Amino acid sequence: MGQTIIEKILSAHSNKHVQANEIVVADVDFIMGQDGTSPLAIRAFQEMGGSDVFDPNRVALVIDHSAPSPNEGVSALHKLMREFARAKGVRLYDIGEGVCHQLVPESGMVGPGSLVIGADSHTCTYGALNAFSTGVGSTDLAGGLISGKMWFKVPETIKFVCHGRLPAGVYAKDLILYLIGDVTADGATYMAAEYTGEAIAALSMEGRFTVANMAVEMGAKAGLMEADEKTFAWLARYTDRKFSPVVPDADAHYALVKEYDVSKLEPQVAKPHRVDNVCPVTDVVGTPVQQAVIGTCTNGRLEDLAVAAKILAGRKVHPDVRLIVAPASRRIYLEAIDLGVLQELIKAGAAVVTPGCGPCVGTHNGIPSDGENVISTANRNFKGRMGNSNANIYLASPATVAASALTGKITDPREYIKENI
Amino acid sequence: MELQGKAHKFGNDVNTDYIISGKYKFKTLDMQELAKHVMEDLDPNFYQKINRGDFIVAGTNFGCGSSREQAPLAIKHANIGAVLAKSFARIFYRNAINTGLPVVECNTDLIDSGDELHVDLAEGVIKNKTKGTEIPIKPLPQVMIKILNDGGLASHFKKYGGFNFDQEG
Repeated sequence: MGQTIIEKILSAHSNKHVQANEIVVADVDFIMGQDGTSPLAIRAFQEMGGSDVFDPNRVALVIDHSAPSPNEGVSALHKLMREFARAKGVRLYDIGEGVCHQLVPESGMVGPGSLVIGADSHTCTYGALNAFSTGVGSTDLAGGLISGKMWFKVPETIKFVCHGRLPAGVYAKDLILYLIGDVTADGATYMAAEYTGEAIAALSMEGRFTVANMAVEMGAKAGLMEADEKTFAWLARYTDRKFSPVVPDADAHYALVKEYDVSKLEPQVAKPHRVDNVCPVTDVVGTPVQQAVIGTCTNGRLEDLAVAAKILAGRKVHPDVRLIVAPASRRIYLEAIDLGVLQELIKAGAAVVTPGCGPCVGTHNGIPSDGENVISTANRNFKGRMGNSNANIYLASPATVAASALTGKITDPREYIKENI
Repeated sequence: MELQGKAHKFGNDVNTDYIISGKYKFKTLDMQELAKHVMEDLDPNFYQKINRGDFIVAGTNFGCGSSREQAPLAIKHANIGAVLAKSFARIFYRNAINTGLPVVECNTDLIDSGDELHVDLAEGVIKNKTKGTEIPIKPLPQVMIKILNDGGLASHFKKYGGFNFDQEG
């Protein structure tokens, strides 16, 4: 029987032909930890009797979740990470360099056919590069750091075939919110997702990262796409390393195949307090918002900032709204300055904060007050996620967030975007 | 392994932010401190209600969301004996086994808050002493039984220096 993308990647990394539901111990190509998970991993590493990491060149530690440190507790954990990285000869990305899920792809270490584990649930993001990447906990991470291996149950795969082209004002974020709303928050638990079809092919790499990033919000272990010319062109900006693209077999077995026509899709919003509580923006238009956030590993890339700038250029954010912008990496920050994108956002009234995760995970940089509504480009709207369980979080595309920041209430971005850029 | 205690019932999709909020977990490795805030956003006084060995009983997709291992650790340090749910999110499931928190897949519709339960992991059965019923447990994969029997993944690594699953050769 033929194989899915993930069956092929796990076969290649365990030197045997595997199918869904088998257990494998596989070689890992790259390992990442962030500052919310690495300190516990370092403790587990020591408990396990670890001395060296399996290959320092294949490990990155990233300080992004609370960067720069908002308090002395966090500072102590950051110090622990810096000391560990120095002692083991491992690359540490310190404050201001960006969000782990932007930095790992930018490192050029990950590409088609790679197998990556990261101690962060959104590690599935690199599926956009045709890699099997998945989130693990701290103890699994420590096991990987010592051995360069990880055990997996080979997952079954759900195939999402997206036909048609997204209309103007409708983006990758709207597409993935719609899919999550359709299959629900545990619709792909224990499984992998494969995204394919004309609509996926038409997405930019930025858009594909957005879609892959949120696979975990339907419970999936991975969200994979095939590599194409866009993938190779994107990678060529960062590395001359050669990768082996993985294509699923025509007779691969899928647990489920879902087909969608996205050509009439509307902008989507996930309402509080569940990511699968999704509706068309038109259902919630007019809901007042006090804070708007553009950034995160889902939507903090150049294209996302540019769309927001296009809507906000020459206008002012509503006086009752705080607009917070966090570019996903220093590189994106600089590119956005070079292109004049950040200037437009700042002139419109945005507060630009250090590249990192802060506002999304409630560590700092914009904790909402009781009873406030926030509209954000992030991937989670759980109660308390942004640091206050008495606030409400709506998730949407950068265009919807920018349009809403302008009017002070949830707004259909198609009023401002007549054609996609 | 046999466990005994009272059920504390929660709903579907209890995510790891609800188990332990990011505003606490990023600051410290002191799990005893984190344990005081376990499930706080769902029940502000939950920690005070726990007697040693009690069970968290939930619906589907328990532990969805973030990969934070502080979630099973905070539950364990709050003296919860095991988590019983219809299904678990996969990262939480692995983390719980790796850190030695028993997780049990079963039909939790047959359990109400306050029920006295006796959980026999070896026999694969839960006795609901309040209702006088028995509930079968979905068995763990062999690999996970091996890790649990070794006392978690850290002890497994200490013992073998790496992954060692007999059936893998």
